[in-house]
Parts: sequence; structure tokens; C-alpha cells
Amino acid sequence: MCTTSSCTMEKSLGGNVKLVRRTKEEKKLLRKQLKASHTLLKHEGINTASLPTKSLVVANGGLGNGMSREKLLDVLRESGCVESLIMPPNKPYAFVTYGCAEDAQRCHASLNGSQLHCQGQTVTLYLSFVEKVGSESGVCTELPPGLKVLEDFVSAEEEAALLEAIDWTAQSDTVTVQKALKHRRVKHYGYEFRYDNNNVDKDKPLPGGLPQFCDTVLERCLRENHIDATLDQLTINQYEPGQGIPPHVDTHSAFEDTILSLSLGAQTVMDFRHPDGHSVAVVLPRRSLLVMKGESRYLWTHGITPRKFDVVPAGDTVSPGTVTSDPSELTLSRRGTRTSFTFRRVRQTACDCAYPSTCDSQRPPEVPAGSALPQGAEDASRLETQFVHRVYEEIASHFSSTRHSPWPRVTDFLQSLPPGSVLADVGCGNGKYLGIHPDAWAMGCDRSHSLVQICAGRGLQAFVSDALNVPLRSGVCDACISIAVIHHFSTQERRLAAVNELVRLLRPEGRALIYVWALEQEYNKQRSKYLKEKDVGQEESNEPGAEQMKDYNPDYSQEHAGKGDLSARPSEPRLIVHTNRTAFNSQDLLVPWHLKGGAPKASGVSRDSKPSESGSVFHRYYHVFREGELEELCRGVKNITVQTSYYDQGNWCVILQKTL
Amino acid sequence: MKLLTHNMLTSHVKGVMKGYPLLIKATEVKVNEVEFNPQFVSRMIPKLEWTAFVQAADGLGQLNDLPNELVPDYEKNEEFLRKVHRVLLEVEVLEGCLQCPESGREFPISRGVPNMLLNEDET
Repeated sequence: MCTTSSCTMEKSLGGNVKLVRRTKEEKKLLRKQLKASHTLLKHEGINTASLPTKSLVVANGGLGNGMSREKLLDVLRESGCVESLIMPPNKPYAFVTYGCAEDAQRCHASLNGSQLHCQGQTVTLYLSFVEKVGSESGVCTELPPGLKVLEDFVSAEEEAALLEAIDWTAQSDTVTVQKALKHRRVKHYGYEFRYDNNNVDKDKPLPGGLPQFCDTVLERCLRENHIDATLDQLTINQYEPGQGIPPHVDTHSAFEDTILSLSLGAQTVMDFRHPDGHSVAVVLPRRSLLVMKGESRYLWTHGITPRKFDVVPAGDTVSPGTVTSDPSELTLSRRGTRTSFTFRRVRQTACDCAYPSTCDSQRPPEVPAGSALPQGAEDASRLETQFVHRVYEEIASHFSSTRHSPWPRVTDFLQSLPPGSVLADVGCGNGKYLGIHPDAWAMGCDRSHSLVQICAGRGLQAFVSDALNVPLRSGVCDACISIAVIHHFSTQERRLAAVNELVRLLRPEGRALIYVWALEQEYNKQRSKYLKEKDVGQEESNEPGAEQMKDYNPDYSQEHAGKGDLSARPSEPRLIVHTNRTAFNSQDLLVPWHLKGGAPKASGVSRDSKPSESGSVFHRYYHVFREGELEELCRGVKNITVQTSYYDQGNWCVILQKTL
Repeated sequence: MKLLTHNMLTSHVKGVMKGYPLLIKATEVKVNEVEFNPQFVSRMIPKLEWTAFVQAADGLGQLNDLPNELVPDYEKNEEFLRKVHRVLLEVEVLEGCLQCPESGREFPISRGVPNMLLNEDET
């Protein structure tokens, strides 16, 4: 059968596909790459079939690779009659289904490993047969609540007049403020929007107010009841193809509920994202008006991905609304220069919306560094909400990308469990320990929705919960692990409660492994020796102190030589901001996390007010444990014995066993 | 969320004495083929609350002829183990919610992930 199809292949090859006669090495390379693509697909939950079927997954042939529907279809049709082509938005793969398995086989033979040129780059296609064609796009199809897109809100003539009226040349006039941001051109009227604090100076209105050329549009908005009072702030943004705006929620305390945005010059796709991870891509046609109210304004982030092509519904006319749920209808559209007029009303009183999680007016007051540690449970919980939970939610994907290597000694513990064990990973992060033991039932939980969603995307069993309140039956677990979690609790009582909760989950004789970050990062030179023995790759696995391993200060021992006791610490516990590249000088710290790769998804968390060029800085609260403290903590727990305790890569660790 | 996980989940809303079993209200359920491992299934069965398991399966219309009572000598009964395997490991709830039987509190399930977080006043 294979010979037949390869004969056909030779004949059916068109100009689009470059056929190369492969050497042995090239074939080997292809096999290797194919294997890699299988692994990647598995992460996406796509299972490839070993026997030929009617359907193929085309890795690297996705909208996410810059492949257009038309181009891919052309090539696929050379192998036979294409029944359907599904291109999920933003994914690096597509699914094709042929009328019969022979056609699919022909396609596999001719296209697997072949190269295609699209949008100026060359991609290599890898094809595999699949039983089922993934139709889930993971994108919900309804508009976020409170969102409207009104088509043809202004006429072509009005559009031209509005665009004409903007004077981009006036660099220093007194009625407006104009800035060239890194990613787009922007002009403010009424009030200047300040990017350093994401707010406006309410007592410094710009003298010109809103420009007259907007009157008609604003009057129309009032007449059609999109707003009930006129608006007093206008921001004009101009985006060239390839430019965008990071996902954000407009600062609650700065602006009232309704936000209007007029799209002129070209259409674009705006991505909306709910804190639970749901995202909706919304097409904003040229000359349409976007109305954001309520949940869509207060809770969902919105942003425009910087790219030159958008994924839009295929067809001649672009209609507003979501990029459809039907991935068999999507294609790419080249962006043009888009100018947006965003109208807002400056808020004069604190925001009292129903979405406190994203509301800066309702945010608990900033805990200033240097302040005393929380006393009561309420204080503690507030501190952890701001300096642990929200931060992990913000940094989840960057955090996850630095956490892929399991620690060897945690792995050893997991592998020591008998087959059929039930395991709970409380504070599982991206789930890197959930798949270690092939014959255990592993479940993970984490406070961060985003991290748990990463686990679920990998096919792991995980749920969102707090470590003080794990929603599992008592005694159901043969083993629990708590890796780099308990040091995030800010009082002794809560740290103890966290250990008690782990023990509650264990059956009698069940065991728990606990890792917490150590104050002693340079514990009696054994560690540096240990470091020397390890290859560089270990660094990333040193959760939670990945960055601290790199920041390890070799001069520390010298500096402190003569001071004798390393445990010399300030007598009074105070919350201090840890300086990277130095040793800890307190047990209670705010440790900076330098976010890379993309902006945070919502404003209103503990982030430095000045976003730097390289990205934002977030602070996570830690209580680092001194030697013996973890064991001491465990002594306060009933019905357990501490089996072992040890120091591992800058952490204090115990294995405890439940006796009753 | 697979039914094996569901069988272990419970509600800890403040004041609730018995938050188990959680009632599944599913709007989207998927059945995914998983490699059959009879030994693994045998080892999981004693860890199950059998009645809750059968109820959950029935509620999803996935009962698959499971008996109300656990059969004796199930370790050697491949046909039975296969049935359990399917319901326990292949059925997945993607969307819907879990409801606490005592307080009525609903915990949303979104994209396969139950959100069991409690509000401050519920702990």
C-alpha cells in the first residue's frame, strides 16, 4: 500500500511542496523530530493513532504558525478530497480529514517532513494520523457579559473626518498630551492617562477638554443610551500591524463603568480573558464601537496581541463578535493601521464594583515593607492574598516555564511509594510531580487557577483549593507532598494548620514529605560542594529558590567570617524586601519575582509602580525556616512521627508518618 | 475531573457535618479512552466509597451496568474490572458544578477543573 501511495505522491506533487530526496541522516532527523512533535501533541491532549485513519494532525500547520487556511488547503488538496480542515485559533497545528484513509495516507507520505513557506518563514510539517479530530477550541463562544460590538457605528465619511482631525504632528501643544509608547502611538484629551501608575491626575484636567470633532459620536452614544452622562477622557491609540497592547483591566479607581472604543482605519481582534482562564477573541470590525460595561469592564482583561495577522472567521465579510467556536471556519487576516478612540469617564469617588478581586479601590491596603508581621489570622490572610495568591496568579505561566525539572529527592520519595498508592500534592504548581509514579493515583491542588489550569491541560487531575482546607476525605491518601508551600504562610498558627491538614489526609502509616525554604542558603559548605557536583541544569529545579541559586553570593561566608554564628538575626521580626544576590537577613521576606515574557494580566496587585523595560517585578511573601524549625513545627502535630529530616538544595525537609 | 477524583472529594463548608458525596451537575462530559490496567483498578476499588461511586456514575448516565454492591473476588473478574475502569478512569466531567449535599453550596467545574475554594466566611 505504501508503494502505491508514494507513486501517486510523485505524480501529485505540485509547485507548493518541496520534495527532497532524503539521506539516511535526514531520515533519522525526521524521525527524531516527529517524536518530538508527538510529545508536544500529547501535551495538548492530542493522541496520535498508530494505524492510518482518515484524519491527520498537521503539526506546524496551524494558524499559530502563521499558516493561512487557503495556503494549507491548496497543499492538502493535492492528495485528495478534503472533507474538513480544522484550524484551532493560536495553535501550532491543524486537523485535516479526507474522504478516505487512502487519501490521508497519500497526504502523509507526501507532506510529512516537507517544508512550506508562509508569511516569510519556512516551516516543516509533521503529520500523524489521529482517531478523533479535536474540535474543542478551548475558547468559549459567548461575548463576555456586558460587552457589545456595534457594527457601522460611524460612516466611512465620519471615519475619514475623525482620522483627519487628529494632529499627530503637534508635539507640545497645551491641550493634549502625546506620547510615543514602545508599542504604539498615543494621544490624550481631557485628562492625561499616566502609564507609571495606571491612573489619571484627577485634579489636573487638560485645558482643552474633549475635542469638538468627537461631539457627533458622543451625542450618538448618549442618544442610543450606551452612556447616561457624557464622557470626559479620550485616549487615541494608533497601532501599526505588529503592534498591540498588553492585557489589562482599566484601573477601577480611575474610570467609571462604561468604556467605549471606536475602531477606525482597520479591524483588529481583541482578546478578553476571565480570571478563571477562559478567553474570548473578539473581532472589532473597522468603524465599529466596542462597549464595555459591568463584568467585561471590571473583571475581564482585554488586550491586543502584537502580531501582523489575526485569526478571523473565513469568508468575505467580517462580522463583529467572537472568533467563532468553529475552527473549521477560521483563517488569517492581515492587519492594517488601526486607530482607536477610547472614551472614558474619570471617576470621582472610590470604586464599589462587585469585583473586589480586580478592584484597586477595594484592595486591602499595601503592606509596607518594614512593617511588623501579621498578628491575627485576618491580617495573615490579607497578606497572603496580596503577596502570595495574587502574585502566583499573575506570574503563573512564567513561573511554570521555570519549573519543569523535578527535584531528585522528591522523585525518590514518590518512587518509593507502592503501586496503587493515592497521592495528594498540596500546592502542586504546574503539576510536575503528578506524573512521576506510573502506578499511583496522583491528585494535585493549588490556590492558583492559572497553575491548576496548566495541570489540567496536561491531562493531570487537579483542583483549585487552599492548603488549609483541602477538599479531600480524611485518611484517603497513602502519601502527601507539600513542596515549597508552607513557607508562604505568614504565622506560626497557619504553618501548623497546614501540616495538620496534610496529616488529616493521610491514612494511618501514610507518609508526608514537606519541603520549605531554608534561611541557611549556605549551610556548612556541604551545599556548595553539592552544587559543584551538579550540572548547570539543576539550577532551574531548585524551587522555590531557582533565582536564589543563581544569586547565591559566594562572598557571603567571607563577609560574615568572624561574626561566627550564622544565625545572628535581627531580634524583632519585620517584613523586609529581599535583595536578590544577597543572603537572607530575615526570616520574613518579600522576595522579588521578575516577570519575563508578557505583561501581567490585571492591574491591582503588588507590582512595582514603574513597569521597567524588561518586565514587571512582583513580590512574594516567604517565611524562611531556620535549622530545626520545621521539626519543631511538626512536634506540635499529634499522631505523627518524624521519620527523617534533611537539608536539600537550600530547603529544610521532613518525612513524617501518621501513627493513628 | 475523573470519577476516581470525585470519589475522594468532599465539601468543607463551615458548619457542614457531612459534605459527602458531592452531587455532580454536569453540562459537559467526555469519555476518553485510557489503557486498561486490571491491577491498578483492583488496587483502587478498596479505596472507593462504592455507593458514592455508583451514584455518581448513574447521575451522569454512565452506570455501565455497575452493581449496587461490590462483587466478591473482583480481582479475578476482568469483565467487572473493565466496567469499573471505564467509569472510574475514562469518564471525565469538563463543565458543570459539584454541589455540597448539606449546605447546597455549588463548586464550579470549568474546563475539567473543580474550583473548591471557599470564601472567607465559609471557613
